[in-house]
Amino acid sequence: MYEPSPVGRSAPADAVIHVEGLTKTYVTAAGPFPALKGVDLSISHGEYVAIMGPSGSGKSTFMNLLGCLDTPTAGDYYLVGRNVAHMANDELATLRNRTIGFVFQGFNLLPRMSLQDNVALPLVYSHLDRETRRRRAREMLAKVGLDSYADSFPARISGGQQQRVAIARALINSPSLILADEPTGNLDSHTSEEIMALFGQLNDEGITVVLVTHEHDIADHAKRQVRFLDGLIVSDALTPVRAEAAGSTTATAPVTAGQGAPAC
Amino acid sequence: MLRAMLGEAWHAMGSNKMRTALTMLGMVIGVGSVVLMMAIGQGAQYAVAQTISTMGSNLYVIIAGTTQASGVRSGGGFGFTLRVADAEAIAELEDVTYVAPMQQGTQQLVYGSKNWSATVVGTTPEYLDARSWTLASGYVFGESDLRSATRVALLGKTVIENLFEPGEAPLGKTIRVRNTPFTVIGTLNPKGQNLDGRDQDDTIIIPLSTSQRKVFGVPFAGSVRSIIVQAASAEAMPSVEKSVTALLRQRHRLRDDAENDFYIRNLAAAADSAAETTRVMSMLLGAIASVSLLVGGIGIMNIMLVSVTERTREIGVRRAIGARQKDILAQFLLEAIMISVTGCLIGLVLGVGGALLTNAITDMVIVISGGSVLVAFGVAAAVGVFFGFYPARKAAALDPIEALRYQ
Repeated sequence: MYEPSPVGRSAPADAVIHVEGLTKTYVTAAGPFPALKGVDLSISHGEYVAIMGPSGSGKSTFMNLLGCLDTPTAGDYYLVGRNVAHMANDELATLRNRTIGFVFQGFNLLPRMSLQDNVALPLVYSHLDRETRRRRAREMLAKVGLDSYADSFPARISGGQQQRVAIARALINSPSLILADEPTGNLDSHTSEEIMALFGQLNDEGITVVLVTHEHDIADHAKRQVRFLDGLIVSDALTPVRAEAAGSTTATAPVTAGQGAPAC
Repeated sequence: MLRAMLGEAWHAMGSNKMRTALTMLGMVIGVGSVVLMMAIGQGAQYAVAQTISTMGSNLYVIIAGTTQASGVRSGGGFGFTLRVADAEAIAELEDVTYVAPMQQGTQQLVYGSKNWSATVVGTTPEYLDARSWTLASGYVFGESDLRSATRVALLGKTVIENLFEPGEAPLGKTIRVRNTPFTVIGTLNPKGQNLDGRDQDDTIIIPLSTSQRKVFGVPFAGSVRSIIVQAASAEAMPSVEKSVTALLRQRHRLRDDAENDFYIRNLAAAADSAAETTRVMSMLLGAIASVSLLVGGIGIMNIMLVSVTERTREIGVRRAIGARQKDILAQFLLEAIMISVTGCLIGLVLGVGGALLTNAITDMVIVISGGSVLVAFGVAAAVGVFFGFYPARKAAALDPIEALRYQ
């Protein structure tokens, strides 16, 4: 297990995410429960990674730590080169605002706000003026193909469309990283494909995407798959190139027990 | 940022109109009743202050001591201890504005075929100054009238109404007091009732010397029943009382162990207690009304707590996309303040409207001061902050992960 690394030691220069010895122990009535038992992982700029594992494997805990929604019990987490493991609440909020874009399973749009206002919401917390917020929100809605719905409300559009709006919201502050937690969990398979295609497109544009899912065919859209079990990474491998037309690939690459970043 | 947040708070208020309206109703009733009650209370205070000002301000009345004959004591004012010369000496004292020796009693007045009983006051012109009593017409008797005891009189409004035909001019007419003819040389402006409810206009004022020689009689020349003294200011009253007492004791050659042979009555004391009564009543009314403001505030807190619970997920989303705790705190606090201030504005309008309506249908005196409006507004804002703070802090303290998971 790792102790927090001394000052001066830092992550590889091109890593968006670099964690070392990341540990999270929950204090429960039944005693301490280790959800993460010392995880090392590095994700470089422009990667497309799926994080997989059964429930209770620690992947959600890991996701919350990556998203700066929680702080680790021990270990270090470098986000774009900055160690966030010991940051204060407000600093973490700023990081979530500027550096990370969240996409949730339940879309989580605010029902009372127009789609444009929903997309622009993060900019309110970046203290940008109204005009800039509007313009950027329009641009992002156009990017996900929903600019004609700008003044509509979440309840008026389909689930797939809502998730596109949520992605537009995640993108609006030009984050270094998109974190998507089961983004297709509430969608039918056809719409899921559309959303995954959108993630693929964003990744092609150079955006780093980290995706948490328990569905293999969704994970297969990612270029790299990391598997969690009992609070540890048990496999980390590239997704084999799919035979797109045949669509026959359901199995992932053979599990390699090793860790570390794959050659990309 | 603030504008965006105000817009959002406005939006949130509008999203559940019925609930917002009902919550606001508490504030509306609270502020409305505070404004109305304060208007009524201050109106009462104003009415009392009006009455007091007609009596004259900062007045002392010095009354001659009692007489004792074979063990039977008369009441105050029947002794022969005060003299006109005492009044002249008091006038020299510091902080004394006006001094007027006076004697009064009830006498039957006759004019033509009518007669009427009224208070006759024999005094000097300073009496009118001390009581800030002005003439409606004619002139006041002067030094020469006092010296030669001329039979001239100033009539109050009630006396005129009862002795003369409507429209008849009293000036220059001759009335009889105890069979002595008096020429009316002036009429007095009306003063209304005093604090006891006695009609101050049912009065006729004549020179002191004339009253002593022709109307009341006097035990010996130069004595007088009472002296009215006006101090320069309310602050000067205690020192005036002290110096007047010392002066009179010295002039009356009283020994250190002897009691005063006169009484000093503070007319302001009675006025003060009346004013104090209305002030307390006005405060009481305000306090009772404030309770409804408090209840309104609790209503806001209640609904904000419900709102925080309902919007837990929204709070989680906001935190995830970068809202700091203080942003969430500010958002909910602003919403609470907005509800209470909007309710306050409506309450102000209703309270002022209610006060005007009360005035129209009951002829009660109503005073709406900028101060009471400001107080109501300030209290409403404070209620918003105070009762909005707890729910807002609860919202800000939510764990974003838990909040996002909330169904």
